[in-house]
Amino acid sequence: MAGISLNNVRKTYAGGVSAVKGVSLDIEDGEFIVLVGPSGCGKSTLLRMVAGLETITDGEVTIGDRVVNKIEPADRDIAMVFQNYALYPHMSVYNNLAYGLKNRGIGKAEIDRRVREAARILEIADYLDRKPRALSGGQRQRVAMGRAIVREPAAFLFDEPLSNLDAKLRVQMRIEIKKLQKSLGTTSLYVTHDQLEAMTLADRLVVLNGGQVEQIGTPIDVYENPASTFVASFIGSPAMNLMEIERSGEGWALSRGEGLSLTCSLNETSAILGLRPEDLHIIEGDGAINDPLMLSVVVTAVEPVGAESYVHATLGETGQEIIVRAPGKQHFEVGSVLKVAAKKEKLHFFSSETGKAIALEGNLQPA
Amino acid sequence: MKREHIFDHLILIIGALFMIVPVVVAFMTSTHDAVSIYKNGLQLTWGGHFEETYRAVLTEAGGFTKSVTGLTMLQNSLILGLGFAIGKIVISMLAAYAIVYFRFPLGTFFFWIIFSTLLLPLEVRILPSYEIVQGLGMMNSYSGLIVPLIASATGTFYFRQFFKSVPDELVEAARIDGAGPVKFFIDILVPLSKTMIAAIFIIMFVYGWNQYLWPTLITTDETFFTLVRGMKQILQVWIGAQIPDTNQAMALAVLAMLPPVIIVVVFQSWFVKGLVESEK
Repeated sequence: MAGISLNNVRKTYAGGVSAVKGVSLDIEDGEFIVLVGPSGCGKSTLLRMVAGLETITDGEVTIGDRVVNKIEPADRDIAMVFQNYALYPHMSVYNNLAYGLKNRGIGKAEIDRRVREAARILEIADYLDRKPRALSGGQRQRVAMGRAIVREPAAFLFDEPLSNLDAKLRVQMRIEIKKLQKSLGTTSLYVTHDQLEAMTLADRLVVLNGGQVEQIGTPIDVYENPASTFVASFIGSPAMNLMEIERSGEGWALSRGEGLSLTCSLNETSAILGLRPEDLHIIEGDGAINDPLMLSVVVTAVEPVGAESYVHATLGETGQEIIVRAPGKQHFEVGSVLKVAAKKEKLHFFSSETGKAIALEGNLQPA
Repeated sequence: MKREHIFDHLILIIGALFMIVPVVVAFMTSTHDAVSIYKNGLQLTWGGHFEETYRAVLTEAGGFTKSVTGLTMLQNSLILGLGFAIGKIVISMLAAYAIVYFRFPLGTFFFWIIFSTLLLPLEVRILPSYEIVQGLGMMNSYSGLIVPLIASATGTFYFRQFFKSVPDELVEAARIDGAGPVKFFIDILVPLSKTMIAAIFIIMFVYGWNQYLWPTLITTDETFFTLVRGMKQILQVWIGAQIPDTNQAMALAVLAMLPPVIIVVVFQSWFVKGLVESEK
C-alpha cells in the first residue's frame, strides 16, 4: 500500500492537443480519490498516465516512493478496473483472476488462495468455472473487481467502472465498492463523469475542467464552497442557480432586469450570484423578511419527485431561470408568483470576470 | 409463408443435387469393374467391386516408374494441404499482429503492399517463382511445394480486420496483468481467433489440396506427386492397350474429393461462426 503523488503532470498529444495541463495532487495512503468532470476534461487521460497506459509528457507520477514515469504498467503495483470490464472472453472467471498472478510467477497454491478469497468477498465463488459471456453485467463487474483485488496492489484505478450498468445496479455496486475499499484500505483513484457517484464515493473529490484542477476537497466542502462557477454548476443536482448581478445604488440588481432584492454590499461592481435550489425558501403571504435576498419569481413548471418538488421559475420578465426546491406535498400553480428568500450564509458570489469564488469574509456586509 | 418455404427448399434441393449427383455417379461407377463400365457407361447403382478397386488404387504401385501408390499420393496431398493451411495461418497471423499492434514506420504502407499481392496470383508470377525454387534446389521437396505459396494476403487481411475489432482495453488489461507482446499473442489473441483460424484453415486446406499447376511444375519425382496432380499421370500408364481402368480413375477422383468434403462438413459450423461472429 502506498500514496500516489502527481507533480505538475502534463499530457500533450502529438498533434499539439493538450489533454492535461499541469495537475498536481497528493493522495494519501488508503484514500479514495474521485476524479470528476465532464467528458473531455482529461480525467481518463490522467488515470491512464498513473496506470502507465499513456506516456507522461511532463511532470512526475510517484507511487509509494518510486517515480514511475518510465516503469511498465505491470511493474507499477497498480490494478485497474475498466469501463467495459475487459475480461478475457475465452478464460473462465477463475483464470481471469489468476492470469495476472501466473504472469508474476506466483505459486499455484497462493494463486488459488487469493482467487478463492477474492471470490468469497465478491460473492462470485459459484461462477468461477463460467466464461464471462455467461455472466450478467453486475457479475462481470465483480469479476473485474476481483481481478484487481487478487493482485493486492498498492492502488486501485477505476475508469468509470459503473457506467455500463443499469441505474439500480449502479447504486448497489457503488455502495459495495465503497465498503470494499474501506475494508481493504487500498488507495484508490476513481474516474467518473457522474457527480452523484463522485459525491458518494470520494474521501476527496478532484474536479477537473479542460485539463486543469478546478477544486480539490471533501465532497461536502466542494458542495458547500465551490471554488468557481464551473464547480458550482457541475456538483449538485439540480445545479446551483447562477445569475449575473450588478451594483445598483445601495443594493444589487439583476443584470438582465427586475425581480431581485439583495441588500448587502460587496466590494465589486458586478458579480455572479449562486444559489442552491434547496437554500431558497418560499415566503408565504406577506410574511416579514429578515433575509438579505429576496426574489420574486413566476412558476413555469413543477417537477414533483415525491419527497420534494423542483419548482422551475423565471425571475420577472427577464427570462433568468431559477430552480427552487420545495417540500413535496405543496402544490404550485403554473403562472403564479412566488416570493423566495435565502439566508446570508447561503449566498455564493463569483467574480464575473474569472468565475472564481469571491471570499465573503470581510467582504460581505449588510447594507 | 408456406408456399415460399416449399419454393426455397426446392431451389436448395436442386442446388444440392446439382453438386452431389456427379459425385454419387463417380462413386457408384467406381464400384463396378472396368469391363461393365466400358460396356454400359456411367453407373448409378452399387457394383460390388468396391473393395478390390479401392485396394488396387491405394496400394498397387503405378506410374511410369512403378514407385507410387494412391496412398503415397494421398499422403503427399495431405502434407501439402496441411502445410499450406497451417503455414499460411501462422505467417498471416504474425503479419497481422505486427501491423495492428506495433507502430513501425510505414506500417500501413506495408500492409497495402501485402494486400496488393492479391493482384498477382500464382499464375502471373509462376515463371519467376519456378526460377527461384529451382535455383534454391528445392525441386521435388515438400518445402519446395509449400514454402513459396505460404504468404497470404487474404489471411493477413482477415486477421488484421479481426485484430482491429478486439477492444483496446483487452490489450491494456493484459499489459497491467504483466503479459508482454509474445504472451499476449499466445495467451489472448490466438485463443480469441479460434473460430477465425478454423475458417481460414478450411479455405486454405481445400485451396492447397486442390493445387494443380504448382505441384505439376515443382515435382518431377513421382514419389512427390499429389493426388490431384498424379491422377492422370498414373492412369495413362495403367490404361495400356486394354480396356481403360475407368473404375480406378473414378476411385482416385472420389479419394481426391473426399478429404476437402469431410473437412468442410465437419467444420462447417465453425466455418460460419468464424466468418460471421466473433467472441469478444
